[in-house]
Amino acid sequence: MSDNSGAAIHGSPGSTDAVDQSRRGFLTMATTATGIVGAAFAAVPFIASWSPSERARALGAPIEIDVSKIEPGQMVTMTWRKQAIYVVHRTPEMIAKLPGHDASLKDPASKASDQPAYAANAKRAVRDDFLVVIGNCTHLGCLPKTRFEPGQPELGADWPGGFFCPCHGSRFDLAGRVFNGSPASVNLRIPPYSFTNDATLVIGQDTVAKGAA
Amino acid sequence: MAGNNDSPLPVRTGFLGWLNKRLPVDVFVRNQLTGYYAPKNFNFWYFFGSLALLVLVMQLLTGVFLTMHYKVGELTAFDSVEYIMREVPYGWLLRYLHSTGASAFFIVVYLHMFRAMLYGSYKSPRELLWLFGMVIYLALMAEAFMGYVLPWGNMSFWGAQVIVNLFGTIPVIGPGLVEWIRGDYGIADATLNRFFSLHVVAVPLVLLLLVTLHLVALHESGSNNPDGVEIKEKKDAKGNPLDGIPFHPYYTVKDIVGVGVFLTLFCAVVFFMPTFGGIFLEKPNFEIANPMSTPEHIAPVWYFTPFYAILRAVPDQQMGALLMALSLVCFFLLPWLDRSPVKSTRYRGWIWKSALTIFVISFIGLGYLGLEPPSGLYTMLARIFSVTYFAFFVLMPWYSKIDPVKPVPERVTNDHG
Repeated sequence: MSDNSGAAIHGSPGSTDAVDQSRRGFLTMATTATGIVGAAFAAVPFIASWSPSERARALGAPIEIDVSKIEPGQMVTMTWRKQAIYVVHRTPEMIAKLPGHDASLKDPASKASDQPAYAANAKRAVRDDFLVVIGNCTHLGCLPKTRFEPGQPELGADWPGGFFCPCHGSRFDLAGRVFNGSPASVNLRIPPYSFTNDATLVIGQDTVAKGAA
Repeated sequence: MAGNNDSPLPVRTGFLGWLNKRLPVDVFVRNQLTGYYAPKNFNFWYFFGSLALLVLVMQLLTGVFLTMHYKVGELTAFDSVEYIMREVPYGWLLRYLHSTGASAFFIVVYLHMFRAMLYGSYKSPRELLWLFGMVIYLALMAEAFMGYVLPWGNMSFWGAQVIVNLFGTIPVIGPGLVEWIRGDYGIADATLNRFFSLHVVAVPLVLLLLVTLHLVALHESGSNNPDGVEIKEKKDAKGNPLDGIPFHPYYTVKDIVGVGVFLTLFCAVVFFMPTFGGIFLEKPNFEIANPMSTPEHIAPVWYFTPFYAILRAVPDQQMGALLMALSLVCFFLLPWLDRSPVKSTRYRGWIWKSALTIFVISFIGLGYLGLEPPSGLYTMLARIFSVTYFAFFVLMPWYSKIDPVKPVPERVTNDHG
């Protein structure tokens, strides 16, 4: 029973104790490679499960605000997609001051900053009198405080009015542009928004998208 | 060190005989405890390894019981913690043991790490032991961070906001990565839920595995000691190190004294000052999370503040996050940055002693500055300390080589420290 004749019948006349190393090496490599590919595919659903759920996405729909109730010089805040939205009704004096301090800004023309094309202008707004920004600091997401009064000594003698982040000391002007010496590198982000009429601001919906619709 | 593992095992009959045929209890006890020889000159600094293990067990125990009463979710989490504090019998004690335990964990781990730096315990042949220890430290930071989010206080929320946004500074993938970590457009219910799962299940499992690896690696190379002498090189006729004593009963007994002193201090904090003046538990965290109101001053819990101070000291976002990450990476490289032929500070020269002193001052200084609001003077100090912090590591290959070392004795000494 234990001689080689049985093996010979089954078609391996040369059967010995020797190991075919190259065959074993190939099979080991092939099995390992297949296993890794399989593990990578199996990881997809686990990793994907961390993305925002359908409910979270649905709750990110656009919101409307009546801006006629915001007095000049005032700011209202609201949340959209878990982010704070600041809407500032800028006074003519505030608007007039904006071009005066470009030299002390990191990105005065908002070239490196994040905003829709229609807000990529000198005032960073669709309408000069309303600034709409995402309130979360572009540094690490804290909420900058309003410091609209010009000339506050702790913010610099020629402070033109703007925002100050209490977490890490980033400073922004009234167009949400970041001052030199702040840990934030770019200006406050601007969400997609549009005015459906003189008084109604829609956050989360582009003018372009609306025009198409 | 293996010690003399040929030493006879006890003769067992009856149940213990039956058991040992099926499970190597006696072999394990001999190899890892009664026949495991540790240097006889351990001092004060050698308490903190066993204390870290004690705190780990306490955290697991109190954590399991807290989980029985805690309700994860943005609408329930904060209330359930208040419920634990006010209405669950001894709930306040479970919670304060756990929250104080987190800070205690970092205190003993920092002292444990300082011991390794003081006596060169990361040097060959213990590099891997050090690396396992560093990974434990990182896992512990992740565990502590996510645990701090669970009560869903306002500092939980904004701390999570700041830390998660750090990943947003990574070029290209950053913003997408942040959204993936949060599972929403901001820190939200989804974030809290996944942090709960990681804090209670995943990271503790990883920690237990890493601690096991740390101990296996320790028992393979054997403990270093305050003289930095390899005791395995001088053995008696039976093959046991001349300067070694069995871990059990000698060091188990010593460690019990350490446990007694530690628990006395620990309980004093738990019972009399559980928030430690707003350092162990910050005041804004006694208010519920409010995405529309950033606390006036955000500071992480004290054990993260040295790194947080480095982050804040840099006037550029990406550089700040990068340097903060590098400040941790430096520790991993320590075994290869240190070119001194001598392990223990006892036999190193004035250059190393000055460098280590400056480093400790920088680390504690950064830790203090990270707790304080940013201001002109403090930012300047944080920048100076950041420079000295990195200089300690970056210049080490050079100064550790030219440091005038003293001769190292053949055997361990018992006449000092």
